[in-house]
Amino acid sequence: MSVARFWRETPRRYNLAGSRCAVCGNVYFPPRAVCPSCPHHRQSIEKMLPFQLSGAGEVISYTIVHEAAEGFEMQVPYVLALVKTVEGPVLTGQVVDIEPAEVGIGLKVRATFRKLREEGKAGVIHYGYKFSPVVEEELGRRPAGPRASVPSPTGGHEQARA
Amino acid sequence: MREVAVLGVGQTKFGELWDRSFREIGIEAGLGALVDAKLSSADLGALYLGNMASGSLIDQEHIAPLILDYAGLAGRHLPGVRVEGGDASGGLALHQGYLAVASGLYDYVVVGGAEKLTDVSDEAATQIAASTADHEWEVVFGATLPALWALVARRHMHLHGTLREELAAVSVHAHEMGSKNPNAHYRNRLSIEQVLHAPPIAEPLGMLDCAPFSDGAAAVVLGPLEEAKRHTDTPIRIAASQVACDTMALQHRDDLTSVASTVRAARAAFARARRAPKDVRVVEVHDAYSISALVALEDLGLCEKGAAGKAYASGSFGLDGPLTVNPSGGLKAQGRPFGAVGVAQVVEIVRQLRGEAKDRQVPDASLGLCHDLGGTGATAVVHLLERAG
Repeated sequence: MSVARFWRETPRRYNLAGSRCAVCGNVYFPPRAVCPSCPHHRQSIEKMLPFQLSGAGEVISYTIVHEAAEGFEMQVPYVLALVKTVEGPVLTGQVVDIEPAEVGIGLKVRATFRKLREEGKAGVIHYGYKFSPVVEEELGRRPAGPRASVPSPTGGHEQARA
Repeated sequence: MREVAVLGVGQTKFGELWDRSFREIGIEAGLGALVDAKLSSADLGALYLGNMASGSLIDQEHIAPLILDYAGLAGRHLPGVRVEGGDASGGLALHQGYLAVASGLYDYVVVGGAEKLTDVSDEAATQIAASTADHEWEVVFGATLPALWALVARRHMHLHGTLREELAAVSVHAHEMGSKNPNAHYRNRLSIEQVLHAPPIAEPLGMLDCAPFSDGAAAVVLGPLEEAKRHTDTPIRIAASQVACDTMALQHRDDLTSVASTVRAARAAFARARRAPKDVRVVEVHDAYSISALVALEDLGLCEKGAAGKAYASGSFGLDGPLTVNPSGGLKAQGRPFGAVGVAQVVEIVRQLRGEAKDRQVPDASLGLCHDLGGTGATAVVHLLERAG
């Protein structure tokens, strides 16, 4: 994969930058240019506003992957899950920092910034979100965003009110 | 719109065809269908060729003229069109051929489906299969196609009480049917225990829940129904040909246990044909994974939600009916050459409706359904076929 192809998605993959429709209020990730929910799609054009997800959510389905996708061979077995965020969108990502056998539907998780894969020894390293379990004492507190090690991309993102 | 009939069918063996090239299998299937239809290539108006990934699999795009050329037809300058819709490419090509004949643009067309998978490694084929999902928001995060279907399976088990053993019964059934099909990739029978103890791929799915990577090609000849009796005593009418699409990524579906494109295409097909799910005697569904078969049967309206697994486990889908599922062996046993699958499903249903299916003949079949699916369901194609006259 070319460097540019991965680099252009970094605001989304590093900072969960999605979008919110100013007409109906629905939130989307990845961001959309046109709202899939508005009955008159044209109304939403140029009214899709930046919206950053908090990264908090819960597992709605999961699998333990033994035959890996390309670049993930060294990580097997790994847990891949669908995580429904508190803002609504569902994300696909790995669940880490937990024994695979302990993952279940309903597990509360939070997005965390991690290395996804690398393209061989000399290739590009891809970073993005994975999910880790929310420990009990953290529950009830306001969920933190993904712990990105890079500055917020374009600024102006509306913060989630979780 | 004219009524359209299937006049001829042809198919290669499916499997690991090490000694055969893409063009050889494509030509064998196409010429077989022409001979079966008692047509010569001089009668042909066009070729529609379903293929998913020839560029990645054999480093060759532009394959419709390639097949026409090596079938000896370059000098006739026929239009050749490749059709791609993930692993629903074959069904989608048939839809295009149907439209061409129905519109009156061409009288006779060949619809082919061909794919050569074994010229790349299994790892490469796995990655190519995953390209039918959303690369940027699923595959980059570690998803494979079986992993995405495993997410569907886990949710189906959670919401509808489907059991692991019921998933295994899908593969046992497929291999039982495949044992009767000389073209099948796998003709061995399986036990529930073998499926349960196979190496895990993406839990709860194991290796024997997943269809194999196969080489193969299939073809049909279509023509106007009013001319059909000149070519065959048993014309098969295409009662409906419907396509529907949905979100690329599984994560954007409201209900993970239902594929909305299948629901939509099936409803439109039954409405068009003025028939109901209860009228279907034999069906070929896209069982790339055991869970895919359950979801398909439920979405097509052939089973209540959550009932398909129980029906498989009780052995209800055999030849005696009332509903026979995947008499060809389906993708699991007959094989999974991506773009050929949707055409091969039609070949099987045509043979069933003509009464030519030999050891696996479904008695008294008059209406059959073919269900082709791309990825996790971003494209679904449904065809209803019936005996004409």
